[in-house]
Amino acid sequence: MRKDYNLEKRKYVIGGFIVLVVAIYIFRLVQLQLSDSTYKENADSNAFVNKTIYPSRGLIYDRNGKLLVYNQPAYDLVMIHKEVQPFDTTDFCNTLQIPRPEFEKRLAEITDRNKNHNYSPYTEQIVIQHLSAQDYGRIQEKLYRFPGFYIVKKIIREYNYTAAANVLGDIREVNAKDIENDNYYNPGDLTGDLGVEKSYEKFLRGKKGQEILIRDAVGKIKGKYKDGAEDVAAEAGSDLKLSIDIDLQEYGERLMQNKIGAVVAIDPSTGEVLALVSSPSYDPALLVGKERGKNYAKLVNNKYKPLFDRSIMAAYPPGSTFKPTQGLIFRQEGIVDLTTAFPCHRGYINAGLRVGCHGHGSPIALKPALQTSCNAYFCWGFKRMVDMKSKYGSVPKAFEVWKNHMVSQGYGYKLGIDLPGESRGFIPNSKYYNKMLGEGKWTAQSIISISIGQGEILATPLQIANLCATIANRGYYYAPHVVKSIIGVGILKKFKEKHRTTIDTRYYDDIVEGMRMAVLGGTCRTANLPGWEVCGKTGTAQNPHGRDHSVFMGFAPMNNPKIAVCAFVENAGFGATYGVPIGSLMMEKYLNGKVSRTALESRMINSNTIAYSGVKKH
Amino acid sequence: MELRSTNESNNSLLKSIDWVTLILYLVMVVAGAVSIYAASYDFDGASMFAFSEFSGKQFLWIGLSLVIGFSLLLIDRRIYEAYAYPIYGVMVLLLAATIVVAPNIKGSHSWIVLGPVSLQPAEFAKFATALALAKLFSTYNFSLKNRNDFIKAVAIIVVPIILIILQNETGSALVYLSFILVLYREGMTGFVLYAGLCMVVYFVVALKFSATLTMGISTGAFIVFVIVMVLIVAMLFIYCRSFILGRNVSLGYIVSALIVVGLHYLGVDINGYVYFFTVIGASIIYLLIGMFHDDLKKVLITVIFAVSSIIFLFTVNFAFSKLQPHQQMRIKVTLGIEQDLRGAGYNVNQSKIAIGSGGMWGKGFLNGTQTKLKYVPEQHTDFIYCTIGEEEGFWGSAGVLILFLVLILRVIAIAERQHTAFGRVYAYCVASIFIFHLCINVGMVLGLCPVIGIPLPFFSYGGSSLWGFTFLLFILLRIDAARKDYGAW
Repeated sequence: MRKDYNLEKRKYVIGGFIVLVVAIYIFRLVQLQLSDSTYKENADSNAFVNKTIYPSRGLIYDRNGKLLVYNQPAYDLVMIHKEVQPFDTTDFCNTLQIPRPEFEKRLAEITDRNKNHNYSPYTEQIVIQHLSAQDYGRIQEKLYRFPGFYIVKKIIREYNYTAAANVLGDIREVNAKDIENDNYYNPGDLTGDLGVEKSYEKFLRGKKGQEILIRDAVGKIKGKYKDGAEDVAAEAGSDLKLSIDIDLQEYGERLMQNKIGAVVAIDPSTGEVLALVSSPSYDPALLVGKERGKNYAKLVNNKYKPLFDRSIMAAYPPGSTFKPTQGLIFRQEGIVDLTTAFPCHRGYINAGLRVGCHGHGSPIALKPALQTSCNAYFCWGFKRMVDMKSKYGSVPKAFEVWKNHMVSQGYGYKLGIDLPGESRGFIPNSKYYNKMLGEGKWTAQSIISISIGQGEILATPLQIANLCATIANRGYYYAPHVVKSIIGVGILKKFKEKHRTTIDTRYYDDIVEGMRMAVLGGTCRTANLPGWEVCGKTGTAQNPHGRDHSVFMGFAPMNNPKIAVCAFVENAGFGATYGVPIGSLMMEKYLNGKVSRTALESRMINSNTIAYSGVKKH
Repeated sequence: MELRSTNESNNSLLKSIDWVTLILYLVMVVAGAVSIYAASYDFDGASMFAFSEFSGKQFLWIGLSLVIGFSLLLIDRRIYEAYAYPIYGVMVLLLAATIVVAPNIKGSHSWIVLGPVSLQPAEFAKFATALALAKLFSTYNFSLKNRNDFIKAVAIIVVPIILIILQNETGSALVYLSFILVLYREGMTGFVLYAGLCMVVYFVVALKFSATLTMGISTGAFIVFVIVMVLIVAMLFIYCRSFILGRNVSLGYIVSALIVVGLHYLGVDINGYVYFFTVIGASIIYLLIGMFHDDLKKVLITVIFAVSSIIFLFTVNFAFSKLQPHQQMRIKVTLGIEQDLRGAGYNVNQSKIAIGSGGMWGKGFLNGTQTKLKYVPEQHTDFIYCTIGEEEGFWGSAGVLILFLVLILRVIAIAERQHTAFGRVYAYCVASIFIFHLCINVGMVLGLCPVIGIPLPFFSYGGSSLWGFTFLLFILLRIDAARKDYGAW
């Protein structure tokens, strides 16, 4: 047979074709292997799992070592769709006690990428979150029958008490902002949301460890990378010992039930907060587990705002509890001495202005003025000081001196408690009044109501309690704090720092005496506690929201004080009706360990002042 | 005398066998088994030769292959030619029987289970079909231009295709399409290849670039129009051999393109359809007038080609728009327009990651994470090339391509040195099959071709495919070794 040379040339077409294809493929290899490093990174992130080892979160104890918060494992049922093989659905549903249609609906939801954007048949998908202990026990035994289904362990917080939610706070999954602000976090991590869980997050969370594992395509772990040589062990979070006495806290919350307000108790010698009650309160366990989102929304929308910690976030007019600060300033500035007396004819009456008062002798000196809570005395004193141009040069200059004394006593700025969201209250300065009333257009008379804790003055219950501690200490305080110590770390430095006021110690003794007289024979006689020298001051704070707030601040004993209390009950009327009894019962509970005035106690527990609050009923 | 003759033929066999091909074969099968060991290595430290490992089994298959190959070399060349049709007939019957007998394995009925061994007849039907085709072409007075002969040739190819599709092994069936190359070499008009290639290019380009606009029309259509213009000019020069027509038309195209660009800078944009229809239409009218001076038939074919190309373009766009969204999606994923990394695109994406992560020198033997941890499915069979890419890097994967290129070019050279049509056609069948497997398998792994499950010859795990290719190659070696027996024509 003859060869056809014309056709033989076609070998070049066929040979050329395969040469061309190989050339294209080699070009493609250059592209994939030599010029693009993303594939290398992809392969590493595929194959190496940096498995985070989560440290156990620090536990929280009260000041007496009672366990308040601890960790509990929680279990999620997940599946890797690619590994799921036909299984006995009926058995599965019976084991978990879920109706079959519901289970099938759930499966459909998981695999629908419109509803579940992260769906992939190759990765874990949550089928049921937070299995109950019983469901977990049952499914765990049978899991081998359902290939592709796995149990993933998580940690949730458990609470031994229903009290102190505002102090303890809660934990939640981190959001995008947390991750941006702190590169410690990865999606899915937990972080403190409120309370000490938030403010001590860095101590409680510990340090994550890392295990480098080799993972195959179906997510099965094939072993440790380099046999764990590069693994890092996790460090458990530090435990917290709170300064809170959980029994006192619970008692305070009970006294405050059906009332709106706050009770703060401080150990004056250290600044440790013994109780920090905000009412209404809520059970911290509500913010745990799968119901968290729903419950959180409920609490946010509750008209009494239980998430609003009134003890440190609410700024109230302090009312007459403010008067001791005025006495101290007048004495320090030499405006009055113990014998200086001002007239009170049922009030301060001057140039057409009248600040009302109640019946007592006139003229009146400092100590009896404190005892009887005379408005006129403090108005006159304030007027004398602020208008004293001979000493200060001008009204604004005098007022600045006044203001600085107030700030030194812990008002107008945050005290720096170790909880998030503290309010600074409000103490105006000269600039403020220059702007409000016009420069040179105001005198003491224009702002006279601030001398009795009304007007622009605002303070948090914490500030009032801290003021009380300052008086009990005769002129100094430690920044109040709720954590007595971080186990293994100690106490934060800022809480060891003694803050001295600008008032000499000797002037405090007079004020203390006045407050002692108020208990013995003045406005807060209910506060008298046999066996203890109690000192106190009532307050009845006018406010735009309805009935007056009932306020009390007091401490005991008079010498070497152990407890300083502020009780603030919104819209509950005179200081003596609710503030004094509640504050006094707190003292009794703390000092005696038990309460003998059971009639008073049950009257307080069973009373309801919420009806008088500015919050409208539905 | 008889004894001496045998001796002589054995001596001449050793001398005349193509050692280059044989050595390439041995290098590839051993490299293949080593790759299979790497691909299926499970961090358990099992020996490469342990029979529990895929590589251990593959070494056994290789040993058996050598026995088969050696036996094939001992058979007289004339036996293959004489029994070509019976062998083909038996294979066709076996393929048909397989449809009925074979159990359902992942939806396909292509495996005959004989005790512990499973065989895939489709792999063995390749050499049988090649033999039958070679036999047909070597019959006296055979010509593809003869309609009956052409139909016979097509029938020999199509029968196994149909049977294998019935086994639900579409990928294996498509391999037989590669015999078109043989038909082309033996005289079938090249226009079939050319037209087929153009259709594929139009289809892919038109859809792949359909999302953006150029000159007011889809970029896909724009590129297709440009390709058509280039092809018209190329056909006028090369196919019609008309320098004048080619020069005039190309000048016309270039000038018109310059005008469009110039107008664009002056702020006037011309719609793509208006431009291309005007310019291509004008060139067609010019050709229809001008063809009377030249080879009428060839210029007419060029015009018909241009018109059909444009009609095809619009048909593709229209038909595609009529498809259901999920069907469009599937085509787009295959073409790489859309990514669906968790679904249809998973394999190819993971395979690209595996190869891309290999870099220049690779991660080293048994150090590949991507293939070892089973991110790439079917890694010891169809996706074996990934393992090489990941562990041996660019030099290894390019090296494998070069090995194949040398083998294929060598087989083409062997084909062309045959003195008989039988030998030549058979050798081209072998070359075509290797070309098809290499293009599709490596193209799929590199993400350039759609995923069609066919093995990489000598590398992919599996006895049937290894033996199938061994049959193909050793029969070729035997035929080639005996070519001198026939003397010069």
